[in-house]
Amino acid sequence: MASIMHILRASPLELFGLELHIPDGFLNLPVALICWIAAIGLIAFAVRRTQAELGERQIPLMGIMAAFIFAAQMINFPVAGGTSGHLLGGVLAAVTLGPWAGMLVMASVIGVQALLFQDGGLLAMGANILNMGLITALIGFGLYRSVIGQGMPVRLAVVGVAAWISVMGAAFVTSLQLWLSGTARLDVVMPAMLGVHALIGIGEALITVGAVAFISRARPDLVAAEQYTGHTDRGWMIGGALAALAVVILSPLASADPDGLERVAEDLGFLESGQSAPYEIIPDYTLPFLGETPLSTIVAGVIGALIVAVVAVLVARALSSRAAASR
Amino acid sequence: MMHTHLLDRYREAQSVIHRLDPRVKVVVTLLFIVSTALLPDGAWFAFALSFILALSCSFLARLGVTFALRRSFVVLPFALAAITAIIAVPGRPLFMWQIGGTTIIGTDAGVVRFLSILARSWLSVQMAIVLTATTNVPDLLHALRHLRVPEVLVAIVGFMLRYLSVLADEAARLLRAREARSALLANRRGGGSPGWRARVAGYMAGQLFLRSYERSDRVYNAMLARGFAGRFLAINPHLMREHDWWALAVTVVALTVVQLAGQGFPPG
Repeated sequence: MASIMHILRASPLELFGLELHIPDGFLNLPVALICWIAAIGLIAFAVRRTQAELGERQIPLMGIMAAFIFAAQMINFPVAGGTSGHLLGGVLAAVTLGPWAGMLVMASVIGVQALLFQDGGLLAMGANILNMGLITALIGFGLYRSVIGQGMPVRLAVVGVAAWISVMGAAFVTSLQLWLSGTARLDVVMPAMLGVHALIGIGEALITVGAVAFISRARPDLVAAEQYTGHTDRGWMIGGALAALAVVILSPLASADPDGLERVAEDLGFLESGQSAPYEIIPDYTLPFLGETPLSTIVAGVIGALIVAVVAVLVARALSSRAAASR
Repeated sequence: MMHTHLLDRYREAQSVIHRLDPRVKVVVTLLFIVSTALLPDGAWFAFALSFILALSCSFLARLGVTFALRRSFVVLPFALAAITAIIAVPGRPLFMWQIGGTTIIGTDAGVVRFLSILARSWLSVQMAIVLTATTNVPDLLHALRHLRVPEVLVAIVGFMLRYLSVLADEAARLLRAREARSALLANRRGGGSPGWRARVAGYMAGQLFLRSYERSDRVYNAMLARGFAGRFLAINPHLMREHDWWALAVTVVALTVVQLAGQGFPPG
């Protein structure tokens, strides 16, 4: 019973332990909190954008499309030897609903999976939203948007490539987060994650192409990116291209020579800011003026939690006053 | 129909925990998970205390001792990623392997880190299971709204949960229809290349998308017909009563004790 939903969704490859929903306990507090702060900001912005575009109609639309993604993740196809391909849905959501709505839908799916099914953690939810919501929207929508005027074969090919790269990108960033948390060794987790997701990504790409082909034949008006022809969307196109390029260039590099990546991270001060960020802001989870006592650690933890709470409240305030003004 | 029971994580019962204000339950769960994340590697005594805390919540909720345990295996697959922590953390070498040209050294600190990650993950998921098993979805959403999660977002998640079983059933029907079409002779390989099968699966996803999109249109029209004016009204206002404050206070004290125990006994 525990994980029937999980098994339904997951291919055997993912059951081997290399999937993208990070549970609680695998990220350390600083990494988890930084990801949460970024995710809260993004969601707040996405809510504002979709509200402006769709108004009150967004509520049933986003809600039902989130349920759709959840249900579509049940659809699988047998490959060989008991393995099956299945859909994650991030690129499909971004291409059909637009980047902000797609991100919101993915965030809702991830939130419900964590809250009700313990598929992914609550503290790790920020990271999961970034990995599976932002990256897929950026790469999926960005790449698709830049070929909007082209013929169907080109567009479908780009959808497939974007789907594959976005899965790889999510695996890449997940590995980085696990490594920065001191949970996993980069030179093991990175090649393993990328290797498994190179296969999972093929399934994702094939299903996404099929779905987009079907939708654009049956209801071309519903593929949101087609309606974006009036906008310039330069940011999404450039961002998507850069993100895709980064994944394509860095993935083989990171798999072949993880030590190189580690060196680069060290040179850039990235490693310290990740693995020991708290030791700089709040050294060793303790506050200097309280000394290295348990009390000091607790106060440090409370301060960290308060910062997140304050950010959350401010965002909520800004949103509700804006919503009230528009009413 | 087919999958509805899978989506229903709430266990109806009369218990102290069930009657608690959902806000308290959400906050306590989050505090517990943050507290667990704050515990240093190898703080076994504090992990044990946290486990007792989670277990007593489970017990008070009359879920049965094994209920949360059974469901918590969901975190196990991810443990494989953390196993590399054993060889990542510098410390006293415990064992050595020669794989190819590289030497892999497992250290005692690495083993402690690995087991601590498992403990944190497993404890966190148990508390989350108690929360979902004792709080029904409307209460949970109401609590999120009270806790200042943007109303639009709560409404979206509410709609998602309301139609989840409907769309899961649609997906299940699509899958069953495919089964029915794909008659298979014994000892014969099923038809089609993996690419063709993937395309079929993609068309199914596309069809589910169109059905869902059109359903959302109908739902919105029905909302307008019933006089939806842009906001949702909650009928039962949640009130914090005396025992809710007590429950909150008791857990805060308990978690403080856990933290004192955990930070007081650092590893090594």
